[in-house]
Amino acid sequence: MKPLAVEVRNVTKKFGARTVLDGINLDVYEGESLVILGGSGSGKSTLLRHMIGNIKPSAGEVVAWGKSLSEMSEDALDEYRKSIGVLFQSGALFNSMTVFDNVALPMREHTRSNEETIRIQVLIKLEMVGLLEAAGRMPSELSGGMKKRAGLARALALDPKILFYDEPSAGLDPVTSHEIDLLMMRLNKVLGVTSVVVTHEMDSAYRIADRMVLLDRGKFIASGTVKEMQSSPDPLVHQFIFGEAEGPLTERRREGSYVDELLGN
Amino acid sequence: MNFLLRPIFILTTGVTGFVATTGAITNLILQSLTSSRRALLSKQGRRLGWENLWLQMVRVGVRSIPIVALVLFCIGAILALQMAPVLSSFGQQVMVPDIISIAIFRELGPLVSAIVLTGFAGASIAAEIGTMVVSEEIEALEAHAIEPIRFLVVPRIFATTVMMVCLAVVGSLAGILGGLFVAVFALKMNFQQYITHTFDVLLARDFITGLVKAGVFGAIISALACHLGLRVTGGAQGVGVATTRTVVLTIVSLIAVDLLFTTVFYIVGW
Repeated sequence: MKPLAVEVRNVTKKFGARTVLDGINLDVYEGESLVILGGSGSGKSTLLRHMIGNIKPSAGEVVAWGKSLSEMSEDALDEYRKSIGVLFQSGALFNSMTVFDNVALPMREHTRSNEETIRIQVLIKLEMVGLLEAAGRMPSELSGGMKKRAGLARALALDPKILFYDEPSAGLDPVTSHEIDLLMMRLNKVLGVTSVVVTHEMDSAYRIADRMVLLDRGKFIASGTVKEMQSSPDPLVHQFIFGEAEGPLTERRREGSYVDELLGN
Repeated sequence: MNFLLRPIFILTTGVTGFVATTGAITNLILQSLTSSRRALLSKQGRRLGWENLWLQMVRVGVRSIPIVALVLFCIGAILALQMAPVLSSFGQQVMVPDIISIAIFRELGPLVSAIVLTGFAGASIAAEIGTMVVSEEIEALEAHAIEPIRFLVVPRIFATTVMMVCLAVVGSLAGILGGLFVAVFALKMNFQQYITHTFDVLLARDFITGLVKAGVFGAIISALACHLGLRVTGGAQGVGVATTRTVVLTIVSLIAVDLLFTTVFYIVGW
């Protein structure tokens, strides 16, 4: 068994009266490629935000290499954040800086390297994601796919041990999306970076996943390899995996009475 | 019943809102101080970012100099024109420079520059930070272990504080010039006499009270703008709301703080 990188232990998150995560347990092993599946609003992005230490759970804890994030000091949490990379859904590039400066920022902030070393490092990262020619451009001049790649280059800036991806293929055409998937696989297989991917794109998930978990209404309802998930007897899992329009997921939406809603009852 | 309770309700929400915002602003300024201390003492390569600070100073300060100078020049001129007839009726037209210099250095220089800077810097800071919240940039900073307070708030508060003091000096001088212009060309006063009166009446404490106020105004402008910017929710509309609220709240707070300071200076006898 590979060593554990990140463990999510009994994490519950409530926003007001709404429970978004309900007692989640998840282990992420070093070097694996884990896909967290779930429909819109299932809580998967919230789970990701817990794992990167941006939000604190209402109950439970996230443990990284044996240390609980909620008990860490600010400095220790910063150290953890320096050892991970995050690709946000929109790329989340800093719009006031060029692509080059975006990738250089974490290095300038957290290392004592001189500008020349940083320049070379940045160009290496940009080459890895195939964006060398766009180094001098502003984020507003990039296409959606290029923004994602630039975001990925920035996430790679400090040579992270784990990469978290929030919906990497959202809003991309199938070809670009495939390209990003290949990039993610290369980072995982060649550099040995642990991947945690949040997505609802099944094509992409099949390509990249060593292991999958399915999140529904704040709870995990299934986990396993691609094959295991595909042969799951649970109709809910079956519907999600095969993207069927009829099934328990869609039945549930019809429970609230439409007629009552219209009549204002 | 409702009609009786309504004013009470409005009053209580007003008071709680005031207390909450004041608390949040003070907290933000304190956090900025702790995080600058951490940045200065840190051995992990975490820095204050002097280039960034410089950029902000140019952005908030340098570009607003012409407007501040123009506005205060006009105010100086207006004051001279308004004062002259009244003072002449007492045969005291020669006191025009005294009144103008005290009014400008102690009060109008800092306050008017601060109001101009609110429009210039406050609004743009709120809009900028608000947009960064909306486009996940703040979250990305946190995920890269770059504290938004240190990276965004500290340089802005510092830049507006320093530049506000400079602006108040420039603005006050422009105000004196405006008065001088009217006095010499319209009121036919002696140039030399005006200058002598101006510098005779001004005491060190007049400069100091003016500049202390200016510094505090500067801190308030960006602390409020950053606070409201970081609180933005709900996309483009939220950014718009934050910008408007920043301008209105800042101008009200500037005048309230000004009143507070002036009262204190009055009691102390400064």
